Amino acid sequence: MSLHPDYKGKYEYKWNHLPNMKLSGLEPLEVSPEVNFINIGERTNVAGSRKFLRLIKEEEYDEALSIARNQVEGGAQIIDINMDDGLIDGKEAMVKFLNLIASEPDISRVPIMIDSSKWEIVEAGLQCVQGKCVVNSISLKEGKEKFVTEAKKIRQYGAAVVVMAFDEDGQADTYQRRVDICERSYRILVDEVNFPPQDIIFDPNVFPVATGMDEHKLNALDFFQATRWIRENLPGAHVSGGISNVSFSFRGNNVVREAMHSAFLFHAIKEGLDMGIVNPSMLEVYDDIPKDLLLHVEDVLLNRRSDATERLLAFAETVTGESKAKTIDLSWREAPLQDRISHALVKGIADYIEEDVETARNEVAEPIEVIEGHLMIGMNIVGDLFGAGKMFLPQVVKSARVMKKAVAYLLPYIEASKTESRSKGKVLLATVKGDVHDIGKNIVGVVLGCNNYDIIDLGVMVPGNKILEAAQEHQVDIIGLSGLITPSLDEMVHVAKEMENAGMNLPLLIGGATTSKVHTAVKIDQHYTKGQTVHVLDASRSVTVVSELLSDKKPQFVESIQAEYDKVRTNYAKKKGFKKFLSLNEARENKLKINWKIEDIAQPKKIGTTALKDYDLSELRGYIDWTPFFHTWELRAKYPQILEHPDMGAEATKLFEDANQMLDKIINEKWIIANAVVGIWPANSVNDDDIEIYENEERTEVAYTQYGLRQQIKKAAKASNICVADFIAPKESGIKDYIGGFVVTAGQGIEEQLAKYEADHDDYHSILLKALADRLAEAFAERLHELVRKDYWGYEKEQLSKEDLIKEKYRGIRPAPGYPANPDHTEKPGLFELLNATEITGVSLTDSMAMYPTASVSGWYFAHPEAQYFGVGKIKLDQVERLANAKNIPLERMKQWLSSNLEE
Amino acid sequence: MNDIREILKSRILVLDGAMGTMIQRYKLEEEDFRKGWFENHPDSLKGNNDLLVLTRPDVIKAIHAEYLEAGADIIETNTFSGTTIAQADYNLEKAAYDINYYGAKIAKEVCEEFTAKNPAKPRFVAGSIGPTNMTLSISPDVNDPGFRNTTFDKMVIAYSEQVRGLIEGGADLLLVETIFDTLNAKAALFAIEEVQTELKTELPIMVSGTITDASGRTLSGQTTEAFLISMQHADLLSIGLNCALGADALRPYLQVLKQKAPFYISAHPNAGLPNEMGEYDESPEMMAGQIDTFLEEKLVNIIGGCCGTTPDHIKEMALLAEKYNQLNTKN
Repeated sequence: MSLHPDYKGKYEYKWNHLPNMKLSGLEPLEVSPEVNFINIGERTNVAGSRKFLRLIKEEEYDEALSIARNQVEGGAQIIDINMDDGLIDGKEAMVKFLNLIASEPDISRVPIMIDSSKWEIVEAGLQCVQGKCVVNSISLKEGKEKFVTEAKKIRQYGAAVVVMAFDEDGQADTYQRRVDICERSYRILVDEVNFPPQDIIFDPNVFPVATGMDEHKLNALDFFQATRWIRENLPGAHVSGGISNVSFSFRGNNVVREAMHSAFLFHAIKEGLDMGIVNPSMLEVYDDIPKDLLLHVEDVLLNRRSDATERLLAFAETVTGESKAKTIDLSWREAPLQDRISHALVKGIADYIEEDVETARNEVAEPIEVIEGHLMIGMNIVGDLFGAGKMFLPQVVKSARVMKKAVAYLLPYIEASKTESRSKGKVLLATVKGDVHDIGKNIVGVVLGCNNYDIIDLGVMVPGNKILEAAQEHQVDIIGLSGLITPSLDEMVHVAKEMENAGMNLPLLIGGATTSKVHTAVKIDQHYTKGQTVHVLDASRSVTVVSELLSDKKPQFVESIQAEYDKVRTNYAKKKGFKKFLSLNEARENKLKINWKIEDIAQPKKIGTTALKDYDLSELRGYIDWTPFFHTWELRAKYPQILEHPDMGAEATKLFEDANQMLDKIINEKWIIANAVVGIWPANSVNDDDIEIYENEERTEVAYTQYGLRQQIKKAAKASNICVADFIAPKESGIKDYIGGFVVTAGQGIEEQLAKYEADHDDYHSILLKALADRLAEAFAERLHELVRKDYWGYEKEQLSKEDLIKEKYRGIRPAPGYPANPDHTEKPGLFELLNATEITGVSLTDSMAMYPTASVSGWYFAHPEAQYFGVGKIKLDQVERLANAKNIPLERMKQWLSSNLEE
Repeated sequence: MNDIREILKSRILVLDGAMGTMIQRYKLEEEDFRKGWFENHPDSLKGNNDLLVLTRPDVIKAIHAEYLEAGADIIETNTFSGTTIAQADYNLEKAAYDINYYGAKIAKEVCEEFTAKNPAKPRFVAGSIGPTNMTLSISPDVNDPGFRNTTFDKMVIAYSEQVRGLIEGGADLLLVETIFDTLNAKAALFAIEEVQTELKTELPIMVSGTITDASGRTLSGQTTEAFLISMQHADLLSIGLNCALGADALRPYLQVLKQKAPFYISAHPNAGLPNEMGEYDESPEMMAGQIDTFLEEKLVNIIGGCCGTTPDHIKEMALLAEKYNQLNTKN
């Protein structure tokens, strides 16, 4: 390739201190220096496309939208929309088209470029676009004042701007004029308007070459050099241009034009052009341009010979033939009929639906079968994708429109084939007061309408009285209420009550995202006794429900619904009723009654505390329970099976390897210091719920009293209302019992390493390290419990496997204060004091009783064979009061500590 | 030093919780919504909670005080639906300015009491600006996708009145929240700029969007990052997310904001997702557990609650915030 004499090598972006330009449609578009070139679609421009102009004039908006969609599918990253034509109302057309695009997620996912020379149209456009768009264009043509006013507004609307190289004296047509005007414009925008520099795009005017006039010879070269100057000298600014202008002289000869566009872009991009309005179907691949043609084209663009134009014109005569039209992917049209219909519904493409529906109609006996079969199959896919978060609301609305179009096409055939009465019944639909969501309701309307029911749709935010009035006025057969937000549930109850008061007996259908069968049965149905209330799960069920309710099978249907709802209510009441509570005294009477025997009490080998500092991490490694580690990463399956899991296996294995590599470093480089303290003391339970811990075997001095929480929910027969104190022999039994306690941490020293990761913004390793520290702390707690059972307390003789350890198949428990077995966090300071834990392990408690470092575990040891893990669950106020008194904590404060357990 | 921008450099601030949930506890009746202001209004007003700042300021002030007592640094005015557009449902367009003026005024009074008691913890009033019940980007008529039931200009006029009321009533911040349609929010930001230029004020602006479902998009279809980009032209104090999802589900989207936004990050999630009875039942501790993760990951600078949260929830958050604030001071 040959370049012009002043070529300085590929332009390199040098304004990295400025933010990148960011635009958005439904999705973001970041114009970073790495993005070589942003391709702006030009076909939705009435000035540039005769077809588009005709469609807008004739208000063929569906087809006009298809042009926009084709561009996006063809790779346009921004679409330029221009409605400047004397024969249309540009403002109205711009607003209408932009509003339509907003409902087409396949199009509106990319940012919009609002293209007009009339400010009125630009502003109307800015008011219709939610994303960050681009205004094309403003300039100094009519003076600085207008330029500044418009720029300020654009900034206020939050758009980027294209600035034409144009001033009071006209359009810039030389290198120097381009540079001067762009520099002046830039200074005004940045210094006076405070416009973000990265949001400025210069259009230094692409003019035709090979016009035969001498003054046009430098048109391309001047553009290239001005582009370079702007990018080198105006920080952050971008350069764009309307590329097809350059080949204006070769209209009719697409082969030459396509080659010229490609060659022009090739050179301009090297000079720093980073955006451009191009028609992708009018571009040849640079390397595919025949060498002789390319030579002639580049001679012209780079002005390499005085006779370049004549030579290209002569050569152009010899180049004939149509260029290849690049089309969008229509391969889905080759698929079987049902797949085509489903595709059209999922993608929201209305173009071929009538054709396909016609084919389907000819294959079935009754036209209605197309709706109930082909179309519902497609809509079910849409429903599934939506449910899975793979489609989002605007797309579903589009699907509904394709559905509607298909149904509209079928309706005359359905009418013609109908033998019975015109309508099967009237259904009133409304989204209740306070709610604006109506997609579901509309789909139900469409589906029922397709099935020959007349629909009276009252819209959204409909107050109850209006629903009742309309039901009377239209003599409807069924009322359907819809809602998506939770307050709508109450409003539905309200409407049901109003219907009851009005003495109505129409069936009442309930539907919408937050509604449920349970809520309908428990809260709505009972308020409306004269008619049947039915919860309808989704639109596809509405047809069956409505047809049953309006058929002679209604009594049986209502009976089955009533039976079903009775069952739902009974179950609900059971669930509720299950939560009966005992008073604290009653609960104490139903305590866990252990048959206390001396032989069940293990005599500890060592009374008092033991500190374990800087514990061997490599030993703890073997005690790690990996399943919760994977849970942290939202990989929810059991270890080690997870490593072979069909979906998660690969990721889990990778994570497991990374974790083990980090563990190697943690251990070898000693990133973490693991400390622990453990204690065992003489103890007995007193007053049912409390545990006295004694200074020594004399059992005269109480070192600390642990206050326990007792289950108060009424239990099934033979089940006890447990408290941890039940696991310790009562003082009055005369049996000498013991309790243990511990604090372990594997979080010391971790901060330093974390800070390094955070400085590198390395979230992955930072989270990995924290997760591993947590696991090591848990492993340490498990190992320590083993040491206690085997040595310090020493009651466990047999050797347990690692697996059994993790499954906690051993005698004794180690419940933590603040956790289910004793949810009272205020027990922690006592434990810490007994152990002198903060000094020994470095673990401290925050005001809210959280342990710091977080990779720490604390708890009590209970060694009796019957000691078991349990959850206290909900408790009543009497127990909170007793605790507040016993611990001398103000009641309000105690209520706060136990608020998640307190059932009021 | 009561400049919130300065305070946020070193502290996590706590926003209050749900207003509606708290108002329900008072079991108010129709007359409470009319008292002294709308005695003879022809339409039913029960449920128009914003009116209570006029008719039962004692109730609203008591709720504000509960949240401040629980440890909130910022309380939201009870003006979520205080635009002529939203009030039109009740034919009370004329009440819009008063709702905002008095909504801000009474909130400010309660805040000043608390600030006076403990000047080391200054309290702020955020003027709550809701999304209205109309959408600029979505057609209300499924058969006519090009149709809109309002215009950007009308929205700007309605928002301007609300913003003026909030500023003149004494709000310290402006909070554009529960944004389900970004274009509505752009109109709000447009109005804020106009009014602030006119009144020569510079109240910091908070913006909070709503992700509606599992697709991770706003109702009007934007991804979190696209939403951020569409709001980024304004000089915001913070950007964040609220409502629709519980704390857990918000996390991935907060991470996007944290990574991409040049502003402070806020989150005020619901107390979980509504259960089958339509109640939000995530306990303060459950929510705190999730917020703890946010704070530990340094995802957010401002936390609070939306639907279903109560002073108990806020208290847990305030304890957490305090914990992390202390850690920060130590480091």
